[in-house]
Amino acid sequence: MGKAAPPAGPHHGSGGPAKESWWKSDANENARRNLGLVGVLVALVVIGIATRPDLYSDPTWVKNNIFTILQQASAIGVVTVGMTFVIIGGGIDLSVGAIMALAGVWATTVATQSFGAGGMIFTALAVGLGVGLVNGVLISYGRLVPFIATLAMMVAARGLAAEISDKQTQVSTSSVINGIATQRILGIPLLVIILALVVAAGWVLLNRTTFGRRTVAVGGNSEAARLAGINVKWHTLLLYGLSGLCCGIAAIMLMAQANSAQAAMANLYELDAIAAAIIGGTLLSGGRGTIMGALFGVLVFSTITNLFAINGLSTESQNMIKGAIIVAAVLIQEFRFKSVSQLFTRNKGATA
Amino acid sequence: MTKDGRDLSRRRLLLGGAALGAGALLTACTSNEAAPQTAQTMGANAGNPNSSPGQRVVIGFSAPAADHGWMAAIINNARAQAAAYSDVELKVVEAGADAAAQRAGVDTLIAEKPNVLVMLPHDGAELTASGVKAMQAGIPVINLDRAFNQALAYRTLIKGDNYGMGVSAGNYVIEQMRAKGVSSPVIAEIAGIDSLPLTQERSAGFRDTLTAAGFQIANRRAAEFTADSGQREAANLLQALPKIDALWNHDDDQGIGVLAAISQANRSELIMIGGAGSKAAIEAIQADSGVLKATVTYSPSMASSAISLARLIGQNKGMGDLVELQVPKEITLASETITKENASNYISLGF
Repeated sequence: MGKAAPPAGPHHGSGGPAKESWWKSDANENARRNLGLVGVLVALVVIGIATRPDLYSDPTWVKNNIFTILQQASAIGVVTVGMTFVIIGGGIDLSVGAIMALAGVWATTVATQSFGAGGMIFTALAVGLGVGLVNGVLISYGRLVPFIATLAMMVAARGLAAEISDKQTQVSTSSVINGIATQRILGIPLLVIILALVVAAGWVLLNRTTFGRRTVAVGGNSEAARLAGINVKWHTLLLYGLSGLCCGIAAIMLMAQANSAQAAMANLYELDAIAAAIIGGTLLSGGRGTIMGALFGVLVFSTITNLFAINGLSTESQNMIKGAIIVAAVLIQEFRFKSVSQLFTRNKGATA
Repeated sequence: MTKDGRDLSRRRLLLGGAALGAGALLTACTSNEAAPQTAQTMGANAGNPNSSPGQRVVIGFSAPAADHGWMAAIINNARAQAAAYSDVELKVVEAGADAAAQRAGVDTLIAEKPNVLVMLPHDGAELTASGVKAMQAGIPVINLDRAFNQALAYRTLIKGDNYGMGVSAGNYVIEQMRAKGVSSPVIAEIAGIDSLPLTQERSAGFRDTLTAAGFQIANRRAAEFTADSGQREAANLLQALPKIDALWNHDDDQGIGVLAAISQANRSELIMIGGAGSKAAIEAIQADSGVLKATVTYSPSMASSAISLARLIGQNKGMGDLVELQVPKEITLASETITKENASNYISLGF
């Protein structure tokens, strides 16, 4: 949409051609969108300061609170990076929460724990990657619609997690695993560092590698991508594997935070991750999206949760606000960068 | 776990690693079968004339699919208690995730004409018609834990006391605060799934008890009965209240995450009260090693009692010490408070 014919309506009269192209270019559109999300974050913080000045006047509390928000965003943030790749590649992954539960539960069973922290980490990553690849095979080579394949996996993986855990909460006794949640490096919580590393890796992978360009191409127009020589099936398989691997990493992070795993853990993470990716500017139809936007999307949700908690407001109202933000973000995505005159022209064209 | 069990577990895990991704094989690789809850059952007891073998009783049992430690314990207890009687045959139909699936399961059971039916409904209101149907077919129904909304639907109701849990937790908080001389304590609450009536009843009991003593709840968060949701809500709650005197968490499974959040935030100024009475929680209370000082019971042993009552109804017997000739219509368990002092009495009841 950004490359559409330049509108020359009267509403654009004041802007020169240079400004016009800045306003319309894809890269800047992403920057503007991220700026918008940062604006939302700032607004949430301002509301926090206004409603609880007693807390915000203490610098130590503020620092702790920032870390709390970031730590709460860390596991879902990692999952969202994987989800963003899948959606840009034209798919969807409804099974991320279930994969996390399965990876976490498997890593915390008595048998796995007897191998120590290394065994637990390996198991979580292997299960995450393995299940993701199964999704990929079903979708690429089994020709299942992503929605159906991952929906089936969502149900099946939770069932398997319940079976493996015997429906019990599996407590992690590994001080190394549990320590991941409390460890700090140069004063920064390890969970936040892991999130930053995953986001950085995701950004490089999407923006600076052939893999990233192919992802955009496959999601934008898979037939064109195939004709251009991209092995679309193989690439799609890898995307779901990547999402599964992110779930494995996130499962370790969540397991460290909760000192345990259970079949019902990471409930509805799939919807949170999809919502964060979309308000971060990822097109649900594929072909466009940004990692930074997705990260800001996650941070907005995590900040809202924190804001509601420090004001003692209920979870229901919090969910309603989250819903409103998703709708607003998508509406803005639709309308924000089109001039009013352009909308008129299009509507006239449609009715003519 | 015994050494043999451990070796078996290792072997099973290796098997599991090899079969990664092959879903069908995975279920064979588990290593976490719950130990039989022998302590939560009561079999043949020489002192009790009711326990001597009598007329054979076929008991049908229906509960929602277990997705949580407590529900898993309910089903395990029912099986173990039935196995303890030589004159009882148990037919278990574990329902799927919703009321419709359980209705279908109960229909199957009714068709098999058991002597008595024990039903823990997914939701009491949704399954009332199934209870009525069984009763009309001449099968006495024991309604376990989640009450039907029509008295015609059950012969006997045995349930936990959700409101009473809140009252017990509230009373413990009041007692502790008075003992410490704290006149206006900061009290926090982490509830379970807010849309469930049981959560609302627990919170109402807690709130009413505190209000009557002139205390109020400073902040209340609802989690989802899972450890990770408990951690998330607790982490934010701890930010909201820089100093807390007492915190009630509704569920001990969820409490694993709440306790993790408390230790991650390096907070130790508060006392915490749990809910339901898991083995891990009772052990922590007994060890007195952290902020968890008490838990209020909501014991899954009620499933064992339900099987015993079903057997007595099937055999047309009454209940030992009661003067009544038959089993009463309703039994509500008390929610007891487990503390360091009495933890040893309860440790065997932990699930």
